[in-house]
Amino acid sequence: MRIPWPAALILLLWLLMALAGSTLSLQPHNIQLGGILATPSSDAWLGRDELGRDILPRLALGAGASLLVAVVVVGISAIAGTLVGVVGGYLGGRVDRLLNRLMDVFLAFPGILLAIALAAVLGPGLENTILALSLMGWVGYARLARSQVLSLRQREHVQAAIALGARPARVLFRHLLPLTLTPLIVEASFGVASVVIAEAGLSFLGLGMAPPAPSWGSMIRDGVRYLLVAPHLVIAPGMALVLVVYAVNRLGDWLRDRLAVQRA
Amino acid sequence: MSRALGLVWGLFDTLLVLAGVACLVFALLHLVPGDPVAVMLGESARPADAAALRHQLGLDRPLAEQLGGFFTQLAQGDLGESLQQHRPVTTLIGEHLPATLELAGAAFLIAVAVALPLGIIAARHAHHWPDRLASGFALFGLSVPNFWLGPMLILLFSIYLGLTPVSGRSEPGSLILPAITLGLSMAAITTRMVRSTLLEVLAQPFIRTARAKGEGESRVMWRHALPNAALPLLTLLGLQLGALLAGAVITETVFAWPGIGTLLVSAISQRDYPLVQGCVLLISGSYVLINRLTDLLYGVFDPRVRGL
Repeated sequence: MRIPWPAALILLLWLLMALAGSTLSLQPHNIQLGGILATPSSDAWLGRDELGRDILPRLALGAGASLLVAVVVVGISAIAGTLVGVVGGYLGGRVDRLLNRLMDVFLAFPGILLAIALAAVLGPGLENTILALSLMGWVGYARLARSQVLSLRQREHVQAAIALGARPARVLFRHLLPLTLTPLIVEASFGVASVVIAEAGLSFLGLGMAPPAPSWGSMIRDGVRYLLVAPHLVIAPGMALVLVVYAVNRLGDWLRDRLAVQRA
Repeated sequence: MSRALGLVWGLFDTLLVLAGVACLVFALLHLVPGDPVAVMLGESARPADAAALRHQLGLDRPLAEQLGGFFTQLAQGDLGESLQQHRPVTTLIGEHLPATLELAGAAFLIAVAVALPLGIIAARHAHHWPDRLASGFALFGLSVPNFWLGPMLILLFSIYLGLTPVSGRSEPGSLILPAITLGLSMAAITTRMVRSTLLEVLAQPFIRTARAKGEGESRVMWRHALPNAALPLLTLLGLQLGALLAGAVITETVFAWPGIGTLLVSAISQRDYPLVQGCVLLISGSYVLINRLTDLLYGVFDPRVRGL
């Protein structure tokens, strides 16, 4: 199956925008009172916001923020969750029961609710957003890794390694973990999409990135007030968000079909 | 295990998870960086007010005693008092719950009405254009966040076309846009689930047998595939219904819909932590209960599960 080019292209554009946002000396906070709510023109390609700030560089900075949060959160929650799941599934017994209970409790919070609650008490900011989203995200990986290990530990090569006297750590990291990676990678690719939406959602509620740092979610939130007179304030960051999430999901689907993974 | 014993165990298990959820929600207040009382009252609070609030929240007592008190209150159906509105949290939740249930119910109906036919069509014509169209819609629905879809629908239907109210719950028709906004992502997820569940069933040997007997494709679908896909779909729908309650938080904010979500978000911005705790507890508690009830229904419909 061929790679879906449009999706890959959007992803590339996202990376380039994030890179541009962090390397070029853009001026996202430059206020221009004459250009308040200006519509797109050759002066500002995507128009200006309610303070007369150019929307395009703010979009680029928002791309950087969403990319950073997505990569860090997926990294932290995938590694932590996989460790918890693999250890519980392999050791079994009391440890597994305890970890399983813990997972049940975290799974009891639907969708973004736990992150909302955590961000609400921790306050806005990059670190708190990452913390809240990671605490919400790890459990999916843990559950997947655990179920993988439970079915893999009966495999002959694992049994053989144990019979040969391999220590648990060696069995885990050499014989079990590599085989659980494929579904975990697919899960992580969908994870990027859900973290991007969740970060924007928190920022939309005013619980994500602290102002004036731009985030696509907070740009939508601020723009909604001017929906009647200047809809481009909401349309631009929203389109960026939808395109990126669509591209990531599309590539996730492609990866899953290509690796022939059955999703849990 | 006998059925009665299984039920008792299931009940105990549910209570245990709910207790864990309550512990986590209790811990939230203690995660507030610094002094939660100072955060709630602001820097300029008088020491006497701070002490009174600390006493009201029980923060002046040892942690174990606080937790004990929290659970005793909870068992009595008491969620404390709102700091801003000075009314019991349960009363406030009671006032806002009907709006959320109305919204979630409508969104659920929309999602099922869209997803079932689309999923069936997609599975029936897998890898052909009807499937591509349905799957494309599903992928699109998954990728559009409700806090953007909402404003876009308002822009199109309320501002440009003038067909629906912009926000609130007072006018007739004000339910339409919020319900579509909340329902779309569930419709998308459910379409994908219906499709993949049906495809799994359609790959089973008894479907091949039915086809070999010369039955038509629609009879295979309606008589053999759908009844066998119904049970897994029931569980997935249960999970989705609970998730709708969480999705309602953002959707309600977009449309100023006076439900639990709006209550939660305004409580957050006013640092009204008892009210935040109450709302979070209610949403996650209902989510757990809905899922457990779906599991029970599973047993009612499928005799094979009862014996387990």
